[in-house]
Amino acid sequence: MIPRPHVDWFALAPVNSLLATTALALLCAVLAPARSRKAVTATLCALGYATALGFAVALYVKSAHGHGVVVDALRRDRLAELTAIIVAASGILATAVSYRERWREDHIGEYYALLAAAGAGMVFFVGANNLLTLFLALEWFSISLYILCAIDRDRLSGLEAALKYLIIGGFGSAVLLFGAALVYGATGAIDFPGIAAAGREHDALQLFGLAMIIAGLAFKASAAPFHMWTPDVYEGAPTPLTAFMAAATKTVALVVTLRILVTAFPGDAYVWTRALAVIAVCSLVIGNLAALVQKGVKRMLAYSSISHAGFMLIAVASDSSLGARALLYYLVPYAAMSVGSFAVVAARERELGVPVTFANMAGFGWERPVLGISMWAFMLGFAGFPLTGGFIGKFYVFAAAYRHGWTWLVIVGVLATLVSLYYYLGLVRAMFMRRTEDLQLAPIGGSPPREALLQTAVVACAVVTIVTFFAVQPLIDVAKHAASSLPF
Amino acid sequence: MTTLLIVLPLAAALVIWVLPLNDVSAGALALLAALVEVGVWIQLVARYDFGQGGLQFAQQRTWFSDLHVSYHVGVYGFSVWLIGLTVVAMAAAMAYGFWVGRDRMRAYMGLMLFLTGAIIGVFTAQDLLLFYAFFEAMMIPLYILVGVWGGPGRLGATLKFVLFTMAGSLLMLASIVVYGLSQNTFDLVQIGQSTSDWVFLGFVAAFAIKAPLFPLHGWLPDAYRESSPEVAAILSGVVSKAAAYGFLRIAITKFPEPAQHYRAPILTLAAIGLIYGSLLAFRAPDIRGVIAYSSLAQMGLITMGVFSINDLGLDGSVLQMVNHGLVSTTLFLLAGMVERRTLTGELSRLGGMARGRPALATVLLTAGVIALAVPLSSAFAGEFLILAGVFTHGWGWSVVGAVAIVLAAAYVLRLVSAILHRDVGPAVSDAALDLRPAELGVVVPMLACLLALSAWPAAITQHSFRGDHAQADVAQGFK
Repeated sequence: MIPRPHVDWFALAPVNSLLATTALALLCAVLAPARSRKAVTATLCALGYATALGFAVALYVKSAHGHGVVVDALRRDRLAELTAIIVAASGILATAVSYRERWREDHIGEYYALLAAAGAGMVFFVGANNLLTLFLALEWFSISLYILCAIDRDRLSGLEAALKYLIIGGFGSAVLLFGAALVYGATGAIDFPGIAAAGREHDALQLFGLAMIIAGLAFKASAAPFHMWTPDVYEGAPTPLTAFMAAATKTVALVVTLRILVTAFPGDAYVWTRALAVIAVCSLVIGNLAALVQKGVKRMLAYSSISHAGFMLIAVASDSSLGARALLYYLVPYAAMSVGSFAVVAARERELGVPVTFANMAGFGWERPVLGISMWAFMLGFAGFPLTGGFIGKFYVFAAAYRHGWTWLVIVGVLATLVSLYYYLGLVRAMFMRRTEDLQLAPIGGSPPREALLQTAVVACAVVTIVTFFAVQPLIDVAKHAASSLPF
Repeated sequence: MTTLLIVLPLAAALVIWVLPLNDVSAGALALLAALVEVGVWIQLVARYDFGQGGLQFAQQRTWFSDLHVSYHVGVYGFSVWLIGLTVVAMAAAMAYGFWVGRDRMRAYMGLMLFLTGAIIGVFTAQDLLLFYAFFEAMMIPLYILVGVWGGPGRLGATLKFVLFTMAGSLLMLASIVVYGLSQNTFDLVQIGQSTSDWVFLGFVAAFAIKAPLFPLHGWLPDAYRESSPEVAAILSGVVSKAAAYGFLRIAITKFPEPAQHYRAPILTLAAIGLIYGSLLAFRAPDIRGVIAYSSLAQMGLITMGVFSINDLGLDGSVLQMVNHGLVSTTLFLLAGMVERRTLTGELSRLGGMARGRPALATVLLTAGVIALAVPLSSAFAGEFLILAGVFTHGWGWSVVGAVAIVLAAAYVLRLVSAILHRDVGPAVSDAALDLRPAELGVVVPMLACLLALSAWPAAITQHSFRGDHAQADVAQGFK
């Protein structure tokens, strides 16, 4: 009989509940009557994410001392669980936003099944403790996302986006895999602590592998210069899915970057802190400058997400407990603002039936005050204004950079923020200061129904965005506990 | 008490936004909140122990402990007067907005109340990050207030305004990060003095743009012309004082050496702004232009007073902050009232409005006379103290200041005569009414405050700093 490893089923519960959701939703996609298919699968998906969220919270509480599970292939620690919480919450919100999307619904069951599968992959990803599980999980959620982008076959832009995403994402994964192979070749280990213990710090092979791993993860985090796919995919994909990708994919990619660099390559910190600082500066410059000239709101938000990857990479690059706290804190309002802003875009899209540009946001703030004010909060949060968590996040990032001795990086960040004001406030200007009469479009199908689900999701995001400004201490405590899973 | 002053307007704003009120009740509720705020401030004055001075009504709660940031608020003698200026001016501005009947009243009044809370926050924050948060929070309502209720050129004006001021603010944020982390606390009371020139300049950049000081005033003419009169009144009367307050509370107090170093350049910029602003005010073709540039000049004068860093100059600048705040608010509101009757602010199309409009003539003349600092007026007291203070650093500064006072007389008299006297302008119809009782109700209380201060300027000059020794108080970091 083959000896089986001990499996900590509790640690796997969030992943498994999402996987079970996928299976059930797929069954319902076939078995449930067409009328109720959407309602049933969407409810299942939301319930699956809610269960995962519950398990993740329980695990967070009960995993004060992180340890490996399943022969150390995965980590059960607070870092993974906090990230899982963010992913699960984004998943719930994304499900709510998706519900009334106007698209062909012949594959709606598969949509929700894959949405849950992607979430499961992400939750698995953040727990990864060796290069194999890392790659497995990366492909797992990436492939789900490729299909999700193309789920609406009537939408040419979606198909184009999916193809671009598939090719570039596949390339990114291949780079990561190659890097992993090189690192294994250099150290003979695939688990992160083992790589660190091998002590081949200045080995050229390992450095090369490290560089490729960073590049592969930067693809997923859409940090420049590995960001080329981001604007097209964010723009082309169905908007509710973009909301999910912007929040969850970036979150897990950044957290995993932090984990692998700190646990597997502490000896090479000299190299990767500088490399990440360079990537961060590239992202800030490219993201902000390109966002300045965008006309489409989704593209603007895509470039803004690139620049935020830059901000968060500053936190990772500072290689300190403070930096880890900064990243984990930043991710919470960031995820809320991303989901929320794309949800508002989705609402406007459904109203007008055309891609949303700055010009056709005119008067939106006065017509739909709840969504308008929430969007205002998201934009202020992205721009790092006080009264939003975005401000504290940036402050922590700058503090981490300064503590690391990188005052110049603080200056770069400040300048990037200044540039970003132009387009974030530009959207506020479009929503509140231009009149509806300036709009050259008639809403399709008359006045759109009030979407209670979407509205609730947006308000929830706005509440998170604002409350994170006031309740910094509890959130930082959580982030501190999560960061203590890492060997600083 | 301090927290109440901050939270009351914010809470009122929330109530107005959330409840489905009609325009009249929203406006009335907001005005009521503003008046209650004035009442709270009167309580504050009554209970503040001026004999003892220093930080009073302080409240502190940890915000996040790992970087030693806390919610720490409290008031000093001089903040009492600046808060007073804020609540009075805001109440007047809101009353005017209510009377004029701005559209989307709920949003408008909510934003004005939000702004009130943010400004008071700036004047009371005793933690650097909190100070920054309030300083920035002022921009959130201002951006919308100028951009939505402004004139035809409002979009360009708001963009310039925001980008200019945020450029300064963000440099200040960098300075705050560096300063706070290097001292390991962000508490303004505890934090030690620093000798870093760069950190000092980051703060100065923010305040110099906000004030504004020459040559950073590029945003000023558009913002003051394009916003609605009551918002322009608040911008020039109150918001600019946040900058002067920053110079006083942070720049010279926490950075004594750099302040000494850079005194000459800053005084020079202030002096240039003073003369240049006065000359531009003399040439400006419209009412708002005159007031806007005179505001630039006055902020230069106030900055001179602060950077003279001695008893006379500091006392004078605090007095002048309140004076200029009240005068400028009054003048902008009067400008709005005139523009409402004539549909233009161009001086060439105005004139002769005094005939048959005694109330307008009296009020405008009174405000003008105080603005040009005739002896016995509170502005005279303030300007005299500032000039006397700056005299110790070289008589040249005082000469420049004195010249500017002459210029002030010139531009104010030009303004007054262009509106009230001369021939009846083409834009002035006989049907244009005198000031209505409601308008008088808005303006007269502020004039009354100014006259009271004229009678007793020592109310402020002797009650701003501990033991009436401003220099010593600053040198000790207000501890």
